[in-house]
Amino acid sequence: MNKFAPLLLISGLAAAGALACFAVHPDDQAASRVERGKYIVTSFGCADCHTPLKLGPNGPERDLAMNFAGHPASLELPPAPTLPPGPWNVSAAGTMTAWSGPWGTSFTANLTPDDETGIGKWSEAQFLETVRSGRHLGRGRAILPPMPIEPLANLNDSDLGAVYAYLHSLPPISNRVPQPIPPAE
Amino acid sequence: MLLTVPALVAATTASTERAGVPKRLADTGLYANFAELQVAADNLPFSPQYPLWSDGATKRRWIHLPPGTAIDASDVDAWRFPIGTKLWKEFAFGRRVETRYMELGANGEWTYATYVWNEDGRDSVLAPERGVRGLLELAPGVRHDIPSVSDCRACHQGAPTAVLGFGALQLSSDRDPSAPHADGAKGGELELDALVRRGLLRGLPDAFVEHAPRIAASNPRERAALGYLHGNCGHCHNARGPLADLGLALDYPLGEARGAPALLTTLGVASKFRSSAHANDVRIAANDPDHSVLARRMASRKPLLQMPPLGTQIADDEGLALVRGWIASDLAPLSSGASMHSPIPDLDPLAKGRRP
Repeated sequence: MNKFAPLLLISGLAAAGALACFAVHPDDQAASRVERGKYIVTSFGCADCHTPLKLGPNGPERDLAMNFAGHPASLELPPAPTLPPGPWNVSAAGTMTAWSGPWGTSFTANLTPDDETGIGKWSEAQFLETVRSGRHLGRGRAILPPMPIEPLANLNDSDLGAVYAYLHSLPPISNRVPQPIPPAE
Repeated sequence: MLLTVPALVAATTASTERAGVPKRLADTGLYANFAELQVAADNLPFSPQYPLWSDGATKRRWIHLPPGTAIDASDVDAWRFPIGTKLWKEFAFGRRVETRYMELGANGEWTYATYVWNEDGRDSVLAPERGVRGLLELAPGVRHDIPSVSDCRACHQGAPTAVLGFGALQLSSDRDPSAPHADGAKGGELELDALVRRGLLRGLPDAFVEHAPRIAASNPRERAALGYLHGNCGHCHNARGPLADLGLALDYPLGEARGAPALLTTLGVASKFRSSAHANDVRIAANDPDHSVLARRMASRKPLLQMPPLGTQIADDEGLALVRGWIASDLAPLSSGASMHSPIPDLDPLAKGRRP
């Protein structure tokens, strides 16, 4: 027997013990993923458009009852204003959830995990495909302005998966956002 | 901005994500002699009987299977291709414009690439990963785009198999004479029976060996319409791909015994695409193509409405006329009291509950 074998065995056991001490519990990994996602979502300012603003005593404030639920379905808007020719060609509703420009009128999406009106039934792969392709569900119509899809697509799969995990940790809110409206002929 | 061939090469060279992808079509193995455009003998030409509409492009297609390998067709609607399979599709608008290429790597992943031909047709170089917008004018104000790799994935990874237009129905020798834009299998082109006979296709259920696959329909127009939807829509809208949760299947799976999903999931079924002007429209309303969302979106080329959402800038008048005629004349309305939702629960994945 190799004279160093007992030493190696002891070293191995010690290393295994150390690893066990530092092993990350699956629940902690999931929590860490959600925390990472929250950090990214907060830093990207996703709530700026996906949580509607309402007018409070101190001015516009986020309507937390609609946290990440997108444009409120209950808020029916008149047609977007017709702007004179020139560079001022974008309008936004005061909620910051409806935008009109040369592409038509777009409404910010419900990012909560509601099964019927949000992303509850989306798989993580579908979420990644949507961001990577810039297309709805990875293969439909283009994601519209003002969604900054390109910088988001710059995130790696791990970070995008964390964003998905965080969004799926939010309370689901039933809010069916309208379809975008094409520009007038 | 239009890129010249040298600019395309420069853009490609600068891209680190295209590592391992040949920079020139000549290096993909399609041609035995590129200078004379002589296709290698082991690259086999084929034509699907229900071709995808590509704004009127003339297309040619080839497949290469590594020597000694065969396609596994035991799942008749999801053929499994051997590692090393290569496919090419050439697009011409008066002249060769692009050749699209896909190859199945040893890791089981498909690589997608597009090669752009220069105007004199003497060279074809790898397009940038992001594609090329507006390369060629097709009509006043309408220009042809070279797809991005992401666009390639959007279509090719929406079905149970990444190879589109090369399946049992598409290669059947029982060709549909009413299929729009089909130019028929030319002499020497692969068809299903030849694939089996040559040992290139194994495991095909006996029923499809004994009888060439054919769409079951009440009349020739319905056969062609269902085939058109299979070839143009079914690669995304099917019950086995990532969009299965939509409960909209427009493919024609030969393994499905209950009838055409394109009828079962559309006729009188409420559309999930809702707009204030058409809030109550259904996917297909029998006898009423104007209130059928499917026909309306086929007719549109507004980016927010059009179907397919990519790969085409010009509506397909012939295909649209076929589908509208089928809706207008060949479909019986739902009986009163029938469900306005997917009538076959098993075909509506939403009825199966949440995705695991």
